[in-house]
Amino acid sequence: MAARVDWSRFWSLITSNSSLSALELSVKTAAASTALCILLGVPMAMVLARSQSRVIRWARPLILLPLVLPPVVGGIALLYAFGRLGLLGEYLEAAGIRIAFTTTAVVLAQTFVSLPFLVIALEGAARTAGSDFEVVAATLGARPTAVWWRVTLPLLAPGLASGAVLAFARALGEFGATLTFAGSREGVTRTLPLEIYLQREVDADAAVALSVLLVAVAAVVVIGLGSRRIKVGGASGWQ
Amino acid sequence: MTGIRRGLAVLSVLLLAALTACGSDSGAPAGRSLTVYAAASLKQTFTEMGALFETDNPGWSVDFTFAGSSDLVTQLTQGAKADVFASADTTNMGKAAAAGLLSGAPVNFAANTLVIVTAPDNPKKVASFADLAKPGLSVVVCAPQVPCGSATEKVEKATRVTLDPVSEESSVTDVLTKVTSGQADAGVVYVTDARGAGGKVATVDFAESSVAVNTYPIAVLTTASDAEAAKKFVDLVTGDAGRKVLSQAGFAAP
Repeated sequence: MAARVDWSRFWSLITSNSSLSALELSVKTAAASTALCILLGVPMAMVLARSQSRVIRWARPLILLPLVLPPVVGGIALLYAFGRLGLLGEYLEAAGIRIAFTTTAVVLAQTFVSLPFLVIALEGAARTAGSDFEVVAATLGARPTAVWWRVTLPLLAPGLASGAVLAFARALGEFGATLTFAGSREGVTRTLPLEIYLQREVDADAAVALSVLLVAVAAVVVIGLGSRRIKVGGASGWQ
Repeated sequence: MTGIRRGLAVLSVLLLAALTACGSDSGAPAGRSLTVYAAASLKQTFTEMGALFETDNPGWSVDFTFAGSSDLVTQLTQGAKADVFASADTTNMGKAAAAGLLSGAPVNFAANTLVIVTAPDNPKKVASFADLAKPGLSVVVCAPQVPCGSATEKVEKATRVTLDPVSEESSVTDVLTKVTSGQADAGVVYVTDARGAGGKVATVDFAESSVAVNTYPIAVLTTASDAEAAKKFVDLVTGDAGRKVLSQAGFAAP
């Protein structure tokens, strides 16, 4: 792909208004959906890792389902849940909240597809860490909140960090669900992958240049993950 | 242990099935099938014509690849082998000609114009193209980069109406589904798409659509393995039988 880039025009192609607004939107929405993933995913992962209940065992595949679904299917599912005529969308519309064609729809689509990545990474970390330290802390008189902030969270930090980076990367690359559910409008719902798809129709060079840009952003994120893991692992002395 | 063994057995059966499927595929007699690359909007009509071709020419089968015209041109220029190419606009056929892919001049065989689609019964009372600019109406159109979007842009210029769409989709079918699913109040699509959607939408014609008529050309490709058979298929599409199928779907004569 790098060989196909028109390097003389590269800078002007990636700094065009539409490219920049797509990049900005992509980074913002991916950050927002990662935050949402952490908010929803941390309790889910803890319950999955610690509970012995049969119901939870059945809930697990349900949470991980978006991992194997084609994103377009996810988009259709979201459409019939949160769309204007959807199951929940109808009530939201009546309450004056409109999700269709807004940036919220993009964040929702990205959260839907990237949540399982965070849950899986964190659940694995929680299972490996076990609950021995927490039990000890509790017997020494620590309150549940103190145990959570002082024992559990530091133990799980590397898992949470890698899960969050994975979720961010997945949200950044999200295409199918966004296209199906959120639409495509510059600055509002047209993220970088959608911009690439559209540019390909007229200007293959621009599409290739933007693809290289997305590869670069993704590479920065993944490399950031690598160095961070080593640092966190080394600092806390975690096995 | 038995669980693992049974799993392995199932796996090997699946693998074997996959391998034999590949084997029979490559063993099929070559040269008796025609490969047609056609614009996505031609799916229904061309599939019908493919069946006609197969009954007229026993022993032949027609394989179709339906996709956006620009996707098809990209695939062809990157070395995909096909016998016939039918584009949804003259621009993409021009690209194919510039790349030296055509073995003759393209022939125009159909035309398509824009219409407005709304929810059934037209609850927002859209009556003209200018009505689409009304505040509070969520309108979806194609992006200017794709043929249906550039046609919409032409109409905007001719009518001096500037639309403020909530979304610019990259394909006309995406516009249609946004309307049929109730996400948007109105959309601008081709006559044939509106007709294909049947009772799921209400159609509003507008006179200004005549400024942006989309022409569909078809041509035989230089990579055709049997140019004569490819020519026969083009004749079928441009002939009376083809015309009948096309007009039933809403395509006008070019």
